[in-house]
Amino acid sequence: MRRFTAFNLVSLVFGLAFLYLPILILILYSFNDSRIVTVWGGFSTRWYVELLSNESILNAAWVTVRVGLLSASVATVLGTLAALALVRGGRFYGRTLFSGMVYAPLVMPEVITGLSLLLLFVAINFDRGFWTVTLAHITFSMCFVAVVVQSRLLAFDRALEEAALDLGATPVKTFFAITLPLIFPAVAAGWMLAFSLSLDDLVIASFTTGPGATTLPMKIYSQVRRGVTPEINAVCTILVALVTLGVLTASVIGKARAPARAP
Amino acid sequence: MAKTLGPVRRSFQPWNDPSEPAYIELRDVTKRFGDFTAVDRQSLVIYEREFFALLGPSGCGKTTLLRMLAGFEEPSEGEMLLQGRPLTGVPPHKRPVNMMFQSYALFPHMSVADNIAFGLKQEGMAKADIAQRVAQMLRLVKLEPFAGRKPAQLSGGQQQRVALARALAKRPKVLLLDEPLGALDKKLREETQFELADLQESLGLTFVIVTHDQEEAMTMADRIAVMDHGRIIQVATPAEIYEAPATRYIADFVGDVNIFEGQAERLEEGKLRIATTAGFAVETVVNGPSLPANGDTVWFAVRPEKMVISHDRPAGASSGPAPNMVEGEVWDIGYLGDVSIYNVKLACGDIVRATRLNAAREVERPITWDDRVWLSWRPDSGVLLAG
Repeated sequence: MRRFTAFNLVSLVFGLAFLYLPILILILYSFNDSRIVTVWGGFSTRWYVELLSNESILNAAWVTVRVGLLSASVATVLGTLAALALVRGGRFYGRTLFSGMVYAPLVMPEVITGLSLLLLFVAINFDRGFWTVTLAHITFSMCFVAVVVQSRLLAFDRALEEAALDLGATPVKTFFAITLPLIFPAVAAGWMLAFSLSLDDLVIASFTTGPGATTLPMKIYSQVRRGVTPEINAVCTILVALVTLGVLTASVIGKARAPARAP
Repeated sequence: MAKTLGPVRRSFQPWNDPSEPAYIELRDVTKRFGDFTAVDRQSLVIYEREFFALLGPSGCGKTTLLRMLAGFEEPSEGEMLLQGRPLTGVPPHKRPVNMMFQSYALFPHMSVADNIAFGLKQEGMAKADIAQRVAQMLRLVKLEPFAGRKPAQLSGGQQQRVALARALAKRPKVLLLDEPLGALDKKLREETQFELADLQESLGLTFVIVTHDQEEAMTMADRIAVMDHGRIIQVATPAEIYEAPATRYIADFVGDVNIFEGQAERLEEGKLRIATTAGFAVETVVNGPSLPANGDTVWFAVRPEKMVISHDRPAGASSGPAPNMVEGEVWDIGYLGDVSIYNVKLACGDIVRATRLNAAREVERPITWDDRVWLSWRPDSGVLLAG
């Protein structure tokens, strides 16, 4: 029996408050009518309305969403392929090196990833902007997808694929009819993870971006340096809502043991 | 429980008919995994409509052999033929054989009906025909009410039947079964053994089954290949394997057996006398050319059910050493209901096992612990083993 003693209750409240109170305050003040962030002036949604007419923030949000969608999708394909190569490739020549290189960005400080990508883009004379940010995000989020998908593949019964082959399905057909549907929860969770990572990345985007491709985190950061406005609170509240939705979706998909399939 | 043996079945002995063509043929097949040789230059012929069992302990190469037939492994050397056409090099999805997996390998995201239909869809069969065949398969394995269920919603026995229906749906030339009953409990396993044998007979298909369970192989198979360390040691009918095992290994692996080691001494007209190391003598009749020379070390095997156990000295010689009998003390008794197992300790310390049918209803056993008993056997009850 789990019992809520006074001590447990207090620990729980303090723990949750420590984690979520700042975010709650941020959300609360995004509905503040007052222009001064720290003074409560009554409930209002005016900052959300004003946000809609703030073109530079809307532009930044649009760039972020496009970078996120594109980089998460490409990273999911590449990360899934990398996981397949690592789990299914057997002991191919250079496997250890490949595995190390796939997972290196996982532990690499973001500053170093960002700086090295910047140096690369400068060296090959690649115009910095939307595409460089997207490429950079693919690079660092691919490994997260690979980790998630690899763990699912390790628990995958190879006999299922053999059974499909045995029943006359070609290897390609087997992948799409059997393997992919069964690892789909991991692939989808990997995509959500990659999307979230791209959405809130500031460091790597700052290094690799160019004129006209300012992402939302960069915009927020530069505005905050000139003082927090209630508008920023509103943007951040929307971001929190989006990320929460994403994480919840990922966990729901991840928990689904087998995806529903049309008959 | 009795399996009806029709007249066709009784005379089904294609291996004794020199004009019968081979259905599956293995020619000097070797499979190596790195330094490990899983199958070592083995040849084998399996005939059409045969129920063939590969029997052996784990790691003996039987599963590798089956996977080579399915196409999941390619032989390192040698050739495999089906109806005279080479199988080697043909990928699994193009082979006219289907396999039933030990883990069943049912697709968890598909319903029972979709699982069974999967192979037919790959063939490009018309939708109406697929539906008809699936219904027929469901009827065959008595799973009609479960067509819409997912595999996870079925019991182990039902899953096993879905796996069987899926593997049979394409009407393969050969059905390969990898330990098909391994995951079932004993009672269900025994029932399913007879069902499988009946099914194979009525469908007229060729079955190749891999098992480590000798009872399973004996019940179902027409012929058994006993394997050990990548080699096929004996290919014969269940009765031949049991009554005339080729080696000590097979005698010991298939069923219970008492094996006595001794020195051979030739007597007149094919009779052989063996002076066993346990101190008694065996006299037996040896047929065939394998009569050992005087002084050769040989082994004599007697199954426990062929040992007669009694309090009184068996008839024959009234006193003095007589062959084919030995005295001992009851060391242990195992009461199994239908039979009792007696472990009898000889003077030399060896334990000999005898079983006795409990034909009469007696709660008190006539032979009990520490009794002095005689074990005896007929000269033709045992089998002489060379190696």
